[in-house]
Amino acid sequence: MISLTVNGQPLTVPPGTTVAAAVMRIQPAFRRSVTGESRGPLCGMGICMECRVTLNGHPHERSCQLLCAAGMEITTP
Amino acid sequence: MTRTLVIGGGPAGLAAAWAAAQSGQAVTLLDDNPALGGQIWRGHIPARYRRFLDPRITVQTGVQIHSASQLPPADRIILATGTRELFLPFPGWTLPHVLGAGGLQALVKGGLPIAGKRVVVAGSGPLLLAVAAYLRRRGAKILLVAEQAPYPRIAAFTRGLWRHPAKLLEAAQLGFGLRYRPDSWPLRADPGSVTLQGHGVLRCDYLACGFGLVVNTELPELLGCRVENGRVLTDPDQRTTVPHIYFAGAGSVDRSLLEGQIAGFGPARGRALHAARAAAVTFDRCIDIAFALRSELLSLTTPETIVCRCEDVPFSAIWPQRDWRSAKLQTRCGMGPCQGRICGPALAHLCGWPAASVRPPIFPTRLENLLDLRD
Ligand SMILES: Cc1cc2nc3c(=O)[nH]c(=O)nc-3n(C[C@H](O)[C@H](O)[C@H](O)COP(=O)(O)OP(=O)(O)OC[C@H]3O[C@@H](n4cnc5c(N)ncnc54)[C@H](O)[C@@H]3O)c2cc1C
Ligand code: FES
Repeated sequence: MISLTVNGQPLTVPPGTTVAAAVMRIQPAFRRSVTGESRGPLCGMGICMECRVTLNGHPHERSCQLLCAAGMEITTP
Repeated sequence: MTRTLVIGGGPAGLAAAWAAAQSGQAVTLLDDNPALGGQIWRGHIPARYRRFLDPRITVQTGVQIHSASQLPPADRIILATGTRELFLPFPGWTLPHVLGAGGLQALVKGGLPIAGKRVVVAGSGPLLLAVAAYLRRRGAKILLVAEQAPYPRIAAFTRGLWRHPAKLLEAAQLGFGLRYRPDSWPLRADPGSVTLQGHGVLRCDYLACGFGLVVNTELPELLGCRVENGRVLTDPDQRTTVPHIYFAGAGSVDRSLLEGQIAGFGPARGRALHAARAAAVTFDRCIDIAFALRSELLSLTTPETIVCRCEDVPFSAIWPQRDWRSAKLQTRCGMGPCQGRICGPALAHLCGWPAASVRPPIFPTRLENLLDLRD
């Protein structure tokens, strides 16, 4: 199992879990749109950019295309 | 030794890389996903296709090609960039519980628990049934599969399946026990629910909704290949209008595997597969006819509905625009990080606009990557 945090909340997930799937275990919303709407993943395949999160301090990472790794810190607004 | 570069590691790209390696070419296979397998297999390639993973192939995953300057040197390039879902904007489609049909499936394949969740699958095409069957196997409660196509067309398509017994069996297994309703589509979504044409309101945890597939033509276009009506033009040997560039796939799995092999083997050996491909192409045409989008869907998008999710542009702002270019300049529609790959096909459908030409980079990139753009 892999341990990581989503907005400071600890979470363990099986190997092979994408960052998007890990965040969705905790909350449906990933980002705020330019007019302030809550948004979450749409395409699941790296195209829509709705699943962007801040990963280990790097903003705008496409979470559906990344696999979870031990110690990752994921934050959403 | 001929150096062959294959871009895309779905069924078409895997078959192409294998066939090219079999023919003694030096093969490099690139894909932007963390693992090979494309949209359908996502890292879990079925045992009978694992022979495609020839150890002589150099594989690089997690690599997204967004400009010609990134391509390693090659004598032949085989593009197998596949498809994405078509999303039509309707009120509430931006809510977090609304995902693509293949989109929700991809997330579940990526580890999202779905057991016990109430899911409505909606939109159009054979993918809806595959997604519903998959999610049900993983424990989801599928409340309804809402297919926009009219009942008579679906009935005619199903009757035609007797000519393809394997496909009939597959459809029966996938559909067994599912509530499948033609003539139905989402009219609006609200938090925790969806309102469906002919069915009323259903409370659900997820609405998984896609209206068919569009071909990822951005990279082929960027490399100069001619694209018409959303498809990359190819000759019988899968060669595009650029002599050393081939395109394969973006059809059903059978067709994609055959096209990949034809492109990979090259003309001499590939010709033996032309008849099988012709049959697969005919089958795909039947699917296109059966699941063609009905005109009522054009009124799904209300003036307030956001069409460009990146820039939150409502449909009413698009009305005064003549074409895609002026919509981009006047409203910023399609100028956000998805680069019009979600709203472009939707507006092409709603307004009848042809897609605009592609400029590098086709994906938003980090500044470091932009610095080495040479074209
Ligand atoms: C979301 C989704 C889910 C699907 N699920 C099913 C299903 O359950 N059952 C079914 O029968 N059919 C499914 N399909 C249809 C299926 O994709 C096709 O039938 C067939 O597999 C197409 O194969 P392909 O190799 O042409 O494309 P794909 O499988 O789409 O493979 C294309 C690959 O190229 C990669 N790629 C694209 N552009 C680039 C680039 N610029 N740089 C690097 N890599 C790139 C993509 O990431 C992808 O891995 C699905 C389609 C989609 C879009
Ligand atoms: S969900 Fe669309 S890019 Fe990740």
